[in-house]
Order: sequence, then C-alpha cells, then structure tokens
Amino acid sequence: MALKMVKGSIDRMFDKNLQDLVRGIRNHKEDEAKYISQCIDEIKQELKQDNIAVKANAVCKLTYLQMLGYDISWAAFNIIEVMSASKFTFKRIGYLAASQCFHEGTDVIMLTTNQIRKDLSSPSQYDTGVALTGLSCFVTPDLARDLANDIMTLMSHTKPYIRKKAVLIMYKVFLKYPESLRPAFPRLKEKLEDPDPGVQSAAVNVICELARRNPKNYLSLAPLFFKLMTSSTNNWVLIKIIKLFGALTPLEPRLGKKLIEPLTNLIHSTSAMSLLYECVNTVIAVLISLSSGMPNHSASIQLCVQKLRILIEDSDQNLKYLGLLAMSKILRTHPKSVQAHKDLVLQCLDDKDESIRLRALDLLYGMVSKKNLVEIVKKLMSHVDKAEGTTYRDELLTKIIDICSQCNYQHITNFQWYISVLVELTRLEGTRHGHLIAAQMLDVAIRVKAIRKFAVSQMSALLDSAHLVASSTQRNGICEVLYAAAWICGEFSEHLQEPHQTLEAMLRPKVTTLPGHIQAVYVQNVVKLYASILQQKEQAAEPEAAQEVTQLMVDRLPQFVQSADLEVQERASCILQLVKHIQKLQAKDVPVAEEVSALFAGELNPVAPKAQKKVPVPEGLDLDAWINEPPSDSESEDEKPKAIFHDEEQRQAKQRQPEADEEELARRREARKQEQANNPFYIKSSPSPQKRYQDVPGVEHIPVVQIDLSVPLKVPGMPMSDQYVKLEEERRHRQRLERDKKRKKKKDKDKKGKPRRHGSLHTESDDDLAPAQQVDIVTEEMPENALPSDEDDKDPNDPYRALDIDLDKPLADSEKLPVQKHRNAETSKSPEKEDVPVVEKKVKKPKKKDKKHREKEREKKEKGKEARVEKEGEDLDFWLSTTPLPAAAPAPEEPGVNAVITAPKEEDEEPQREEQGDEEDDEDNERDPEKKSSKHKKKKHKKEKEERSKDKKKSKKKKPPGDEAAEPVENGALDEEPLPVRAHVQLLPPGREFLH
Amino acid sequence: MQFMLLFSRQGKLRLQKWYISLSDKEKKKITRELVQTILARKPKMCNFLEWRDLKIVYKRYASLYFCCAIEDQENELITLEIIHRYVELLDKYFGSVCELDIIFNFEKAYFILDEFLLGGEVQETSKKNVLKAIEQADLLQEYFHIMAL
Repeated sequence: MALKMVKGSIDRMFDKNLQDLVRGIRNHKEDEAKYISQCIDEIKQELKQDNIAVKANAVCKLTYLQMLGYDISWAAFNIIEVMSASKFTFKRIGYLAASQCFHEGTDVIMLTTNQIRKDLSSPSQYDTGVALTGLSCFVTPDLARDLANDIMTLMSHTKPYIRKKAVLIMYKVFLKYPESLRPAFPRLKEKLEDPDPGVQSAAVNVICELARRNPKNYLSLAPLFFKLMTSSTNNWVLIKIIKLFGALTPLEPRLGKKLIEPLTNLIHSTSAMSLLYECVNTVIAVLISLSSGMPNHSASIQLCVQKLRILIEDSDQNLKYLGLLAMSKILRTHPKSVQAHKDLVLQCLDDKDESIRLRALDLLYGMVSKKNLVEIVKKLMSHVDKAEGTTYRDELLTKIIDICSQCNYQHITNFQWYISVLVELTRLEGTRHGHLIAAQMLDVAIRVKAIRKFAVSQMSALLDSAHLVASSTQRNGICEVLYAAAWICGEFSEHLQEPHQTLEAMLRPKVTTLPGHIQAVYVQNVVKLYASILQQKEQAAEPEAAQEVTQLMVDRLPQFVQSADLEVQERASCILQLVKHIQKLQAKDVPVAEEVSALFAGELNPVAPKAQKKVPVPEGLDLDAWINEPPSDSESEDEKPKAIFHDEEQRQAKQRQPEADEEELARRREARKQEQANNPFYIKSSPSPQKRYQDVPGVEHIPVVQIDLSVPLKVPGMPMSDQYVKLEEERRHRQRLERDKKRKKKKDKDKKGKPRRHGSLHTESDDDLAPAQQVDIVTEEMPENALPSDEDDKDPNDPYRALDIDLDKPLADSEKLPVQKHRNAETSKSPEKEDVPVVEKKVKKPKKKDKKHREKEREKKEKGKEARVEKEGEDLDFWLSTTPLPAAAPAPEEPGVNAVITAPKEEDEEPQREEQGDEEDDEDNERDPEKKSSKHKKKKHKKEKEERSKDKKKSKKKKPPGDEAAEPVENGALDEEPLPVRAHVQLLPPGREFLH
Repeated sequence: MQFMLLFSRQGKLRLQKWYISLSDKEKKKITRELVQTILARKPKMCNFLEWRDLKIVYKRYASLYFCCAIEDQENELITLEIIHRYVELLDKYFGSVCELDIIFNFEKAYFILDEFLLGGEVQETSKKNVLKAIEQADLLQEYFHIMAL
C-alpha cells in the first residue's frame, strides 16, 4: 500500500516536467508569483527523493526559474548531486544548472573538484566536454589551481573535440590562476600548429586574448602568427590574428612595416566586411605607431579612408556607424586625409539614426580648422534649433563647446564671435548644460583679456534679459549662465558701459527665485559693482549720486538677507552691515570709494587643474613620517586617564621645552619663511601679494594685450553670431588682398609675430589665417619646478595584470602545475570531504601560500627579464630584417594562398572550404566574383602544397598515432558536401549578412 | 564576449549566458538596463551601442532580441556574425525555430550555445560540427533513456 502511494506520487511528480512548468506559468499570468512559489515547494519535495531522474527534472525546472529571476542558490548541493549522476542525460542538466547559477561565492563549489576531475578523465568525450563547458562558466581560483594540470593534459587529448575545449578553457584557468600560464604555455603554443583547424583556431583565440592584454610577452610569436595570417583562409581566425598584430605593432614599428603589405592586400581582396573592418583598424594602428618615422604611407591611409568612405556611404546603418568610428581613429594622426571627407561627415549629421549623428559629431571635433570653424558651428547651431529630444540637443551643445574650446581655443580667431555663440546658446530651454556654457564664458573672459570689454557688455545684456531669470522657475539648467554673467560683470565692472543699470538688474526682486548658489554670486558681485560705481561717482565729484547708490543697496539687500539659503543670507547680511557703515561715513562726507575698492583689489589668474598635484615635495620632507611619536600599542584606553594626572612635572617640562630652544625656533621660522616665499601657493603676508606675484619669473610671459579691432565692439541688440560670419568673411577677404600685395613685393613670408598656441592639429589653413585680434590666452599657472609628466595610472585592479608573465624563460621545477597525486594526498587527509563543508578552510590555506609563491615568481621574473629581452630581440631582429620568410613569402598579389602551415592534406583544406561554403550559403544572392577566382587559385596551389607536404611530413609525425582512426565522428564531420540552401529561415529577416 | 542575452519584444528574458563572474543582483540590474535601452531603440537604428565601457551588439530576429556585450577592442561585425550563426544553428536544430521552441526547450538552446561558444570565445566555426556534436550528445541521452525504461 505504502509502496503504491510512493509510486503514485512519483508518477505525479514526473508529470510536471519542464514543459508543464512553462505552460503552467504561461497559464497563470495573473498570479504568476503564487503559482511559482507553489512549484518551488513541489520541487523541494522532488529534490528530497532518492530517484536521480526526479532530481534532475527538478533541477532542470529550477534552472528555468533561475532565468526568470528566482533565487535557486539554496539548491546548489542538489545541483552537485545531479552533476555527479553517472548518466549523461542528468549530468548534462546538472552542469547546465551549475554553469548558470554557480559563481565564485558559491561555497559548495569546492565539493565539485573531484567530481569534475573524474568527468574530465571520463572515457566518454561528451562527459568530458560537458564538464569543460560547465567549468568555463564557474571556474574559481581554487578549481583552476587544482584542475590546471588535468586540463593541460586534455590539450593533448586524442579527440579534437576535447582538445579545442581544453585549449579554450585554459584562458579562463590562466585568468584565475596565473601561475599556470608558464607551465602550460609551451603546449598551448604547440596547438597553434594542431592538425585540426578547430583546435588551431582555439589556440589562436586564446593566445590572441592573452597577447591583447600584455602584448610585449608575445612579441616573439610574431613570425609564427605572420605565417598563420598569410596562410589561413578562415576569416574567424584571420580576424583574431590581425587584431593581435594591432596590439603588437605599437611595440615594434618594424613589424608594422612588414604588415602593411599583406594587410593592404587583404583589404583589396576580401569581400567579408568584418575582415575588412578589422584590417582597416589594424592598418590604422600600424600607421599610428609608424606616424613618427615613416612619411610615405599615404597610399595606405588613402586606401583606408577610401574604404571607410564606402562603408559610410553604404545604406547599412551598421557599416555607416563603424566607418565613422574608424574614421575618428585616423583623424587623430592624419587629420588631413579625413578632412577631405568633410562633406560626408556633415551629411551624416542629418542621418535619421541618432547614434550615427553622434559618431559624426565626434569626427567634427577633429575636422575644424580656423578656416571652417565658423561655418561648422553655424551648421551645428541650425541643428540645435531643429533637434527634437533634449539628449541629442544637449550633445550638440557640448560638442559645439568642445569643438570651439579644443586645444586652448586653437581654432578661434574671433572671440567676439564665440561669446555671441555662447550667448545664443543661452536661448536653449531645458538644457542640462547651462553650467558648461557658464564655465566657457568665465574661462574666456578670464583668459582672453582683450575680450573682457565685449564680454562684459554681453553679460550685462544677459543680466538684463528677463527670459533667463524667468526660466529658473521651470527648474531649467540654463539659468546657470547668470552665475557667469553676474561674476563677469562684477569682476570686470570697470568695463561696464552703464554700471548703474546693471546694478539695478542684479538687485531685482525676481533674482530671489534663482538657485541659492547663483544668488550668492549675485550678492558678492553687487558689491564689486557698487565699489566701482562709488569710485566713479567720487571721482566725478557727485557725492549725491554716490549716496543714492548706497541707498539703493540698503533698500534692496534685505531681500537677500531673508533668503532661505544660508550662503546667500550670510553674505547679504555681512554686506548690508558694511553698506550701512559706508552710508554713515558718506553722511559725514568721508571719501570711501578707495577703501571699498580695496576689498576687491588684485587680479585672479587661472590655475592649472593639476597644479596642486604637481607641487614637488621639498627635499627632506617625508609625508609618511610621524610628526609626533606614534602612540604605543600597549597603551590601552584604561591607562589614558591615568596619564592626565600622572605627573605634573612632565607636563611642565614639555611646556618649558620650546622656551629653552628659542634659537632653534628662530632658525626654523626663518627656514619656513624661506620656503613659503618659494611656494607660489602660499598666500604671502606682504601688503600687495598680487604685485609680488607678478614678479614671479614664470608669469612674465603673460602678455598685456594689444587689440587691433576690426570688428565693432558692440553689436546692437541681442548678439547674433551670424553677423560675425559676414564680418569675418570681409576681414579675410581684406587679409587675402593684403597678402597678395605683399607677395607681389616678394616680401618675407610673415608669420613670425603670429601668436602660436599649443595644439596637435596644425592644418594648412591655420597657417595662412591670422586671427582678428592679437589675442593671447593667459596660460594656466603651474608650480615652478613641476614636471610635465602625465602618467595615466593603470588600474591596479586589472585582472589581466597578473598575466603579465615572461613566457620565454625556462621553466623552473617549482613552477610545475600541481599534479593529481599531490592533490589526492591532500584529499586523503580529509576523506569525508564530500560531506563536510568545513574543509573550506583547509583548501584556502594553500591559496595563501600560493600568493607568496606568486610574488616570489614575479621577483624572479623581473630578474630574468633583461636577459630574455636580449635573446628575444635577436630572434625577432632576424625575422624582421630578413624580408620574406621562405615559408611564408607574402606574395603581394595573393596573400591568402601562398604559404602552408601544417599537414597540408585534404582534410585540412576541407573545413576552410566549408567556411567559404557557409558564407556562400549565407549570402547566396550576392555572389562575389572574387571568391570564385580565389577558389580557383586555391586549387592550383593545392598541387604545390602537396609537393611541399613531403617536407612537412616531419611535423605530422608528431601527431599521436591512431589519432585519426580513433575519431570517426569528427572526421565524418569533415567530409564535405555542399550545404543545401535553406528554403526559408523563419527567424532570419531579409537583408544582408555580414561576412560578405 | 562578456555575456549574451536573449529576450522577447515584451522584455522577457529567454536565455542568458554570462562569461564573466557577477553576482545575481548585478546580473539582474544589467539585464534590466539593457533590455530597456534596446527595446527603446528605433528599428532603423544601427545594431551597436556603447554602454558603460562595453559595446553592445544586438539584433532582432522575429520577436526575439539577441544581445551580446563585447569589449572595446572586439569586432562588432564578427559579433553580429556570431549572433547570426547561433540563430542559424537554432534554426537547423529545431527546424524553423520560433520563440516557443526556445522557451520550451531552453536547455537545448543552451547546449547548442555551449557547443558553439566556450568561455565567450568561438569554439567551433563549422556549423556542421556543432550540430554533429549536439546530435551525438542527444543520441547518447536517448540511449540512456531507453536503457532506463
């Protein structure tokens, strides 16, 4: 009876398999959570059963629920049970569940070590395969350490199916257990020449990934990869290799020279866009690395740019996007070649796809010159007006500012135009970037002295215009510009035409609706303005007018005193008191202007953002040293109170001590003063620090600006940057005429007195265009003996750093991977490991040891490095200096067919051909004539290859005997028959595919 | 490749494969964020986007979105090709695959993916070999089933 019940319940349980669960969930849309919690309860019951089939079914359902977002970590142990099932059906499910939900924090994961080892050495390749696949998802440092040797052995497995998986997973093992890299690397390198193309491609994959992170250790492999590149026809592999070369060339420019030819050949011949794109990218990388030494690669650049232009002109948005992306890389080193395609880039600005427009904007950054800046910005401004969506509009705004401000405003010839652009941008409603505009206004006004008068006039207009203040109520970022406007008008108030009017504007009641930090600036600058008005009036001997202004201040300031913002309130009440005091003095006819202005005497100079960091630490100063004796550890808290009453004498002694050393103190004071005098950041006590500051030798070069204004300073009404376009054109025209005259007179070719700012992009147009004003930018100040080093710190947490390991040094005994024996010995000490999770501690111990070991290793490595570099250098030198290698002679016309790598027999050819077959299959309607011809050529070459194969037989003998016979499955797969063209693929949308 | 996600037009996750170690919480956050971002994109837009310091490559097939996250230096076009190849594999295996196939046989979809990619790298570039391996493994499974009965 009981048996029947159990049986019945098993049947019922069995009824609900994965399909039922999925269906159930779909049928319970309204109470899904409830239904699922019910299911989880059932699953828990199922997991308690002894029947492994029931358990596996339960785990399978859990895996599905995990994807829906339910936590199944509680079932981790059950998953391990299913993993260790003897039947593949269940094992597969167990490993899948584990790979989906195990991670480094899963504590039961350490229980799996022996099970995984068992599966890895299973006679069934599918058991091994499934274990490797699972391991690739959840490998931990401990697992990596314990299993590294087993996996390394699998790299030489008889079956390519296992070999390729083992090779690929080694990469994960290296990442988790860097010590395994050196011992495993020779075998991995061997696999580059594995007879099976799948294994070979896996090895290429792994080594490329390794080399991408730490290229210098893999430079010695360049000849081998070069051979592979010129011989392989598998696009997947080619892309990896070419990417690898992209990482290597910056280290070895000669390699770059060698690469240019085969790469350009590939660019010409390939029909696969992905490969083309990769080639172009690597050629760009090569050209960047060569850019210093080799001037005559313009053909390659032209080729790249041409190809990219084709991509950009393509109707496929993806190609357009990537084309623009790659263009921007060329732009950095070869701006001129890209600038030729300005039309195309501008056209892309009108694309309907925002991501493409953004890419085009990136490119614009490098395309501007003095000549076209105004025109490009004008175009962008018109886009700003048209743009829907604030994100894109904000992006435009930042780009305009980026473009104009790049390299210290290198391309701006007319700052009045720029200020007008900025003012125009303030009409943007709802932008988040008001602060950017404000920052630019401040920066320009401070650093371009010549523009201050104009800037002040524009800013006072801004303060006057109501729309900005009104916008503050809509929580609008644009009111930020008032911050700049108020500060500029206050700081440079001497340039104001009608200071009184501006003062009134700043004291309007509406101002109190602005954000606090802006009001605070208002309050502060109102006083500056007030001071300059006072001075004006007193000089003009109009005491009554001066008193009126004071009265205005006294009347209006209280509105700020009442502000809820503390900063505003504090400043306002201070200033109100000050003004009231002034009022009293004025009543007694005491001249006050001089003293009030003294409050704001001196000039502010910009300081470089990194200045503080660059202040050198004075000699002999140890910032880490204790100033006082460190508190002794033994001194516990109980003892402290005692110390207070401990003995009076000691304290008195302490007080007396300084007195005793009067001389010493004086000496120190002197030294400190000396140091302070040399420190530009120390605010000195001398009466006029600013004047003194001017004497500092580093500041002398800041020129006093002479302006030669050819543009009227005040443009009536709200400024329109367009007006400047015309004026600018006229001016340029005049300039050109003058220059022509000069040329006729065969005069010396000018340009000497022209101010030159630092910048990387100097284009032709820059040189024959003189700026409208002789404007000099006040450079940012830096401490005197600061070093210009701009080391960008590498991320110390980079997981790939641990893999920066010398691979050419011979292997020491201590480095060998822990072998199973060793591990068994350890496990025999804890035979109940499977049941006792406490073993964790035990397992972790060796890890610490390993860390020490790792450090030692690194030290060793450092020592061995120099010797290695030399040796490696020799080999490479040889390869790089001997032009075509006999084996891999890169014939210029046809790189893909010339050389042979390994066992050049039919089986090897097949998969490559299949690759092509696949591609044809993918894109049947767009057959490429090129391909046919290359196929044709290939056949020709096959004969050649067969001849050579005799020579290559030696390498073939390395292969374990019986390898091929032992694997009917894989070899069967290689038997090639043309793939049928699919009648229809339901999921596939119409349209082009990408390998072509 | 860092991870691959499959989700429906309604934003329901259909498959996820992570080749980097992350906590469940982080995974959920990333998934939610990406699903939202991608679903919000217009159909005519290109298939790439920059996200955090990764590049996202996605493509829509019928009602399903396939989405991969790759590192900065990886090739977008080959990633699209990987997605496409995976779809083809699913299609060959299930025969005119549709979303329901993947929902009801999600473990099979994983098995196929695992034969195609391992640890985020392409493991087998030949479609035939992938399908062969899956078939063999399935056969093995069937065999055990028969033995069990």
